Amino acid sequence: MPGQAQLLPGTLDLLILRAASLGPLHGYGILLRIGQISGNALLIEQGALYPGLFRLVRQGFLKASWGTSENNRRAKFYELTSAGRKRLREETESWNRLATAIGSALAAEPEEI
Amino acid sequence: MRLLDSIHFRLSTIFNRSRLSTDMEDELRSHIQLRADDLERLGLPRREAERRARLEFGAPSRIKEECNEAVGGTFIESFRQDLRFGLRMLRKSPGFTAVAVATLALGIGANAVVFAVMNAMILRPLKVPDPQSLYGLEHGSDNGYQSYPDYIDLRDRNRTFDGLAAYNISQAALSTGDSPSETWVEEVSGNYFDVLRIQPYLGRMIHASDEQGPNSAPYIVLGYAYWHSHFQDDRSIVGRTVALNKHPYTIVGVAPPEFHGTILFFHPDIYVPIVNQEQLDGANFLNSRGYRWIFESLGHLKPGVTPAQATADINSIGAELDKTYPNEDHGRMAFDLARPSLYGNFLGRPVRAFLAALTLLSALILVAACTNLGSLFASRAADRSRELAMRLALGASRARILRQLFTEALLISLMGGAVGLYAAVLLMRALSAWQPFPRYPLNVPVSPDAHVYGVALLLTLASAFLFGSVPVRQILRMNPNDAFKAAPAHALGRRITVRDLLLSAQIAICALLVTSSLVAVRGMARSLHSNFGFQPQNAILVDTALTMAGYTGDAVPPMQKKMIEALKTIPGVTDVGSIDQAPLTEGGNTSTFFSDNTADLRPSNAAAEGYLYNISPGYLEAAGTTLLAGRSFLWQDDKTAPRVAIVNRKFADELFGSVTGAVGRDFKLREGTRVQVAGVVEDGKYFGLAEDPQTAVFLPLLQSPANVTCMVVRSAADPQAVTASIESTLHGLDPGLPIFVQTWNKSLEGALFPARVAAMSLGVLGLMGAVLSITGVFGLAAYSVSRRRRELGIRMALGAQRKQVLEAALGRAFKLLAFGSSMGLILGILASRVLAYIVFQATPRDPVVLAGVVAAMMSLGLLATWIPAQRALSIDPSKLLRED
Repeated sequence: MPGQAQLLPGTLDLLILRAASLGPLHGYGILLRIGQISGNALLIEQGALYPGLFRLVRQGFLKASWGTSENNRRAKFYELTSAGRKRLREETESWNRLATAIGSALAAEPEEI
Repeated sequence: MRLLDSIHFRLSTIFNRSRLSTDMEDELRSHIQLRADDLERLGLPRREAERRARLEFGAPSRIKEECNEAVGGTFIESFRQDLRFGLRMLRKSPGFTAVAVATLALGIGANAVVFAVMNAMILRPLKVPDPQSLYGLEHGSDNGYQSYPDYIDLRDRNRTFDGLAAYNISQAALSTGDSPSETWVEEVSGNYFDVLRIQPYLGRMIHASDEQGPNSAPYIVLGYAYWHSHFQDDRSIVGRTVALNKHPYTIVGVAPPEFHGTILFFHPDIYVPIVNQEQLDGANFLNSRGYRWIFESLGHLKPGVTPAQATADINSIGAELDKTYPNEDHGRMAFDLARPSLYGNFLGRPVRAFLAALTLLSALILVAACTNLGSLFASRAADRSRELAMRLALGASRARILRQLFTEALLISLMGGAVGLYAAVLLMRALSAWQPFPRYPLNVPVSPDAHVYGVALLLTLASAFLFGSVPVRQILRMNPNDAFKAAPAHALGRRITVRDLLLSAQIAICALLVTSSLVAVRGMARSLHSNFGFQPQNAILVDTALTMAGYTGDAVPPMQKKMIEALKTIPGVTDVGSIDQAPLTEGGNTSTFFSDNTADLRPSNAAAEGYLYNISPGYLEAAGTTLLAGRSFLWQDDKTAPRVAIVNRKFADELFGSVTGAVGRDFKLREGTRVQVAGVVEDGKYFGLAEDPQTAVFLPLLQSPANVTCMVVRSAADPQAVTASIESTLHGLDPGLPIFVQTWNKSLEGALFPARVAAMSLGVLGLMGAVLSITGVFGLAAYSVSRRRRELGIRMALGAQRKQVLEAALGRAFKLLAFGSSMGLILGILASRVLAYIVFQATPRDPVVLAGVVAAMMSLGLLATWIPAQRALSIDPSKLLRED
């Protein structure tokens, strides 16, 4: 798919948290949701999602439980814990700061310096 | 709560690994199904949809691995994998494994044994109540001998000890009706058991209230082991009367099993009140202030009293005693406090020094072993560089590869540690059972306890870390691309590495040990053939305990004469004589001597100090001592005749200037008696083989009676047959006489003991050093050959001769070997000065020693480089080129 961007290292966790913050989702659903909310602009290898999910569970930001999907398949659903919500807030802020800083740095014109 | 959850999660990941793994698989499968559903909905056939879904998902095994790592419980899992892989690798190269395990077993085993001995002798406190506050008295840092009146004064006047006890070591014949058996006795002060806070196992102990003057307390307390072996645990023994040196004694109790007196390596059989000393030793010294015979006095400090305060207290009493009794030759009433378990510093200091030296050497051996293993590991990592680079290229992390190598190191060191510890435990058992002097109840109870096991495990882990970390730099610098390149990453550098230094140091230590052990062995061999001042060959010593058989005072000399006459009648016996204590067996008495014109007989005015022996007529002939001038003793030299003496050459030279001029001259004994020199004999060895020439004086038996009698029987016949006739002859005179027969050569073993222990431990350490040097040189040579295989192959292809190839491959190893060996030889020559204190005439300036060291080191080098040399020569250039 042309026009897709490589994910910056460390940003996958943030995206997962964001996707899961909108309601319990299984892994595939999280992938779809990331695609949806990012306008399909990010390239994520499907399997690469899972180490991230496991890590976030271990860190206590997500909790997982088995359930049934909309088309009746058994799937594991993830939802944000309160610690996860707090983490998402912090990560979003720091990402925004970083993005603004990098954006303004790249937009700087010679005469402004 | 989160922490608990997290712990629970981690634990469950470790223990429910398989459940987690199926859970993970279920989830990944469900993902692929969901994706396939979507693709199907987009119009793909089901099978195609599933295929696409799987493709898009990525390699499931890698994802699972990454998930495992994310979960974090993976350490155990990968450790298990590493373990399996490590075992497989070790099994694949059994030679390497065997060498590595053996090397480490040597290092760990040596350290475990040395630590166990140290633990038993020094670290572990004596098995008595409150050992921390128990101290013995010693003169300066010399022995702790005491006279009885001095002991009584110290006991009663001191204010810092919670009671001061005393004991002496003696022998007595104990009889329960049948033939008497020789026992080792501790003559103990009445307060001994109460001061040491020892409770009886059976009956009662001896108490201060038992002492009512000389020979007033005929009571025996049995040691537990003696009770067990001689009375078969008979509990009715308490109250029974037995004969001790033919005097009736009552057994009042049995000491507890864990109590063996206060000397660590000496276990007395029975305990008897010291006030009955006359019946035990044949003479009463309870009132002689000048005669120091009590072995040691000891006690617990009062609570709150420091050793320094107690020392000051005791010394102020000592100073008073010195002032009150200025003429008693006791001077030196200055005391130190010391732990009684090794008889204070008298034995404690040399034992500690010896053990410290052993600890240092065994630590060096372990370090050397680790260096070797390090270089073996490095060369192995170099051998495996292709495999490792391949794994790096395939995506293994360096940390993972290092962990794998450390796991292998750990495996090897655990195996080595186990083998070493097993060997060490066997050796400890042998040491504990070892009785270096069969006549004496001496042994060293070295038993492995938790401390020993702990130290061994610690050393094992530490050495795994030490040698496992050697190849780390190599791995970190490794470039995965090298796996596919043919040339080695770096040519072997010219510069001297730390490893080179360590290896040459190790070779030097090995050469030092080899030199010292050869020097020690040569010195031993020479000392066996040196001149002792007597001829131990064909001489048999018969120790007779006349006191034990009830002979005292005037009854002794006639019995001694009777025994000598009787032994002379044995067929094959050429000469018989007696001496109170045979030279080079237990030492002997020393005394001071004064020149004839000295009136003030203070010790400081003495003309000579030396050994004093009492001998019978015929002793010189029986001992094979050469008479240089004058005459030997006759039976006419008795109490009615003028006092005479025989002196040795050194005495004659010192007091009278010459051997011939000494005969007929007079000198004075310590107590002032004037004696005339009747003869002069050659110098000899009296206490130890390594001693400098000492002065010695011999007095005739009938003029200077002695209770202790050692018969010297000279006979060229078979010692066993003669021994049997000696026993039957003496028992014909008195069936109850305890005797102990031994060839003089056999009893010299005591004198040779330090030299033999030194030679033995140096030999063992030298052997270990040699083995380690072999593996060290082997590791280096193998490493250099395997790294330079290509280069060597090309050289061979270009027509290099075998000699040149070997030079290129092994030159460095041989240079190190030569350098290390010469350093070691020089160190060995220096160290031999120290050795000369223990071993007679220890000198490395001995062609046999020098040639031996050179030969040993050369054959060692040959042995170590044999296999790498073969490997270097077997390189086939054509094959090598095809390989890459």
